[in-house]
Formats: sequence, C-alpha cells, structure tokens
Amino acid sequence: MRPSSEAVDMLAHTHVTDCYQCGKCSAGCPVGERMDVLPNQLVRLVQSGNFRRAMDCEAIWLCVSCQTCSARCPKSVNCAGVLDALRQLAVENNVINAAARRTIVFQQVFLNNIRRNGRLNELELVGVFKSKAFLKDASVPLLFKDSLLAPKMITRGKFHLMGEKVKDRALVGRIFERCFAEGPRGHK
Amino acid sequence: MQIGYYPGCALHGSSNDYERSVRVCLGRLGMELRELDDWVCCGATAAHSLNAKLATALPARNLAIAERDGIDQMLAPCPMCSMELIKAGQALAASDALRREMSEIVEQKVSGATGVLNLIQVFQQIGLERIQKAVVQPLSQTKAACYYGCLLVRPPEQLRFDDCENPTSMETIIKALGAEAIDWNYKTECCGAGMTMCNEDTVLDLAHKILTDVAAHGANCVVVACPMCHVNLDMKQADVERRYGVTHRMPIYYLSDLVGMAMGASGAEMGVDRHYVVA
Repeated sequence: MRPSSEAVDMLAHTHVTDCYQCGKCSAGCPVGERMDVLPNQLVRLVQSGNFRRAMDCEAIWLCVSCQTCSARCPKSVNCAGVLDALRQLAVENNVINAAARRTIVFQQVFLNNIRRNGRLNELELVGVFKSKAFLKDASVPLLFKDSLLAPKMITRGKFHLMGEKVKDRALVGRIFERCFAEGPRGHK
Repeated sequence: MQIGYYPGCALHGSSNDYERSVRVCLGRLGMELRELDDWVCCGATAAHSLNAKLATALPARNLAIAERDGIDQMLAPCPMCSMELIKAGQALAASDALRREMSEIVEQKVSGATGVLNLIQVFQQIGLERIQKAVVQPLSQTKAACYYGCLLVRPPEQLRFDDCENPTSMETIIKALGAEAIDWNYKTECCGAGMTMCNEDTVLDLAHKILTDVAAHGANCVVVACPMCHVNLDMKQADVERRYGVTHRMPIYYLSDLVGMAMGASGAEMGVDRHYVVA
C-alpha cells in the first residue's frame, strides 16, 4: 500500500485531521524521551503528507504500543493506531530505519514463527532473531545477552524445548497468505 | 462452573507458572477451564505492527473455534491476548462486511459473539463474597502494589473495564484477602515487556521506574495479572538491579497466587517457588 493520510486513516480507523496538536499524546508517552520524532509530530507529518520522515524514524519502532496516547487524546485520534499504520506502511514500502533495524527484524521473525507454527516457539524465536540480527549488525553482546538465563529457566521448568504447534497449520498458512496477498486493509 | 479458556503462547511457554497458578486457584473456587481446541497465537504486537488485517484474522480464527464449540465466555489471562480478542470481536460484531470477509479468511463462520474476560473479571464473576468466604489464611502481612500495566485497561473504549487512569478492581480483591493495597503512581504505566528482546534498554528503564515507585510507597510485593509484566519485573529484575546499581528484591506475584495462598494453598502449589525473586 502506498503511504497517504487516507491509508493511515483506514488502517488506524481514525481521522488524523482531527488532531489539533495539543501534545497530550507525547506528554504521556512512556518512551517519548527517547523518540527522535514525538507522537504528536508524527500525526502532524501524516496530516501534511511528509511520509518519508514519518516512516523513516526510530520513534515508530520505539513505541511500546501501550495505548496511552490514544486513551488520552481529547479528539479521539487513535494515535497508537497511527503508529501501527506507519510501521506497516514503512515495511511494505521497504523503508527500514537504520537505528530501528533490530526491532523490525524482531517483529518479522516473530510473525514468521507464528506463520510456521501457529503458536510462538520461544526457543526458535530467540535463535532465529539473534542470528538474523547478528548478520545485520554483528553485535556480539546481543548474541550472548540473556544466555545465562537459559539454565535458570530450565531449572524452573519454564522452557519448552520443542515448542507447540497447532494441528491445522495449513489453515494458518492460508490465513497469512490471504492477509498479505490482497494488500492489507485495516479493520481495527 | 465451566468457562472457556484461551491460554495464549506465553502461558504455554515460559509463563507456564502463570497457567498453573490460574488453574489451581480457579479450581479451588470451583471453576473448570475448558481449553479452546487448536487455538492459534493472537498475533500480538508483531501482527498489529505489520499487518492490520492479520491482527483481526488471527483472533477471528480463535473466536470462530469458540463459536463452533459453543463457548460463549472465555478467559484469556494474558492482557495482550484478551485485548486482541475483544477488539476483533467488537469489530466483527459491528460490521457485516467484516464478518463476511473474516469468515472467508478463516474458512469458518465468525460473528464475534464470544465474551472474552481477563483474570480480574473472572474473579469478579465468581464474586467477592465467595472469595472472601474461601479465605483461610488472611494475607495480613502483605502490602501489595497492584500493577495493571497497559493492556488490562487500554484501549478503554474497547475494553470497558475499570478506570483506565486509576483502576481499583485488583485492590478490591486484594483487600478481600486481608491484604493491604498501597497507593502509588505507576500502576498503569507500561513496562514495555514486548520489547524485551529487541530493545532491552527501554524495557529496563521502564521496569526500574516502576520498581522504584513501588518501594518508595512502602509495598512489600507487586501483584500483576499479565505474563509479560511478570517476566519483565521478576525475571529481569536482576538485570535492572545490575544496570542501575540498586537492590529492589521485590517479589512479584500473579493475582491468582495471592488468592490461592489466602485460600490455603502453599507457595509451591501456586508455583511461587519458580519465580526468580523469592520473598
């Protein structure tokens, strides 16, 4: 899907033009202090059609999807939904912000895991994510991060070595195919 | 009493202590859980970040199974799952076009009629009086900080559960157990747990702020009703302490742990001995 304010409105089920830039979304954002572009600025960029900047920023991938911005908006703009829409549009249009590469890889690896298994296989998630991220940024600390947790998790019986799979994985595959094939449209 | 049950990936994975706790606790209250057949992941943050349609279709698949099997009410103890299921269910119930489209995508008729409940709502349904009557070991030494995090209360228009800025439903239950519920500032601030693997910096910072506020208000434990909050505040607590050079040593309980223990279950029975920070 090409980026446009109509596309964002449709994906996020909202009206970005309603925003009058009070900044309440940014004031309450738990990760606002780390963002290169604040939530209210992202909404403004969408209003003014500056999608290059809105999609190519770290902020949309720093968002923790806590929904505080949307809950507090006096104009009921679904700000969290706008950030969802910008993430989707960025990936669909191959805009990969350099600083956020690791988070983007993580979300893609997570989704592929579900596509294959129907349920999250945690061990596979860790393995595939770390190797993919390592190939991209060669970060040795990331590779070994949390490796000391594994034995602690095993002794607590918190590790599924095999992971679960749904029985009807073929259907899960078809659901994914249909959602990705027809040019994703928003429903929420 | 029987209720449908959607465990979600976390409760069948590294948060299986939460599943055990919920099962033991609700079992003692006479509530039997009927697990949804062949359920699929709700898609979580990855789905709503990358494909809006999929973020409805995956929950719709689960709702379709529930409808097929005659399950009208379903507990989803993970707030990420319950939020996604509720959101999809409402969108389906509101739009004929969406019902038709999703029924095609998931290859089964789906209307969104299934009621989805979080853990607190199941306790509310059981009733405070009944819980109070079952208490044999009042938790008089417990000073709990009830932590809701993000998705138990947000988005409020869809969830229609408690006050999204100052919820008190967990406090009500905790007090019925004979425990004290402290007043504090961070009960609906997100801990960022979904980002633990790809952006640890942010997550440790958020967890540290939450744990610091808990201690500043005199709590001796935190109560959660979310597997991700628990992983983040319990398993990652040692990382927070190392990063910020502090000692929190704050035990984190699932709400069902405390209800179960007040009803006389041992810590081991509730799986509390498998937590990382032990009281």
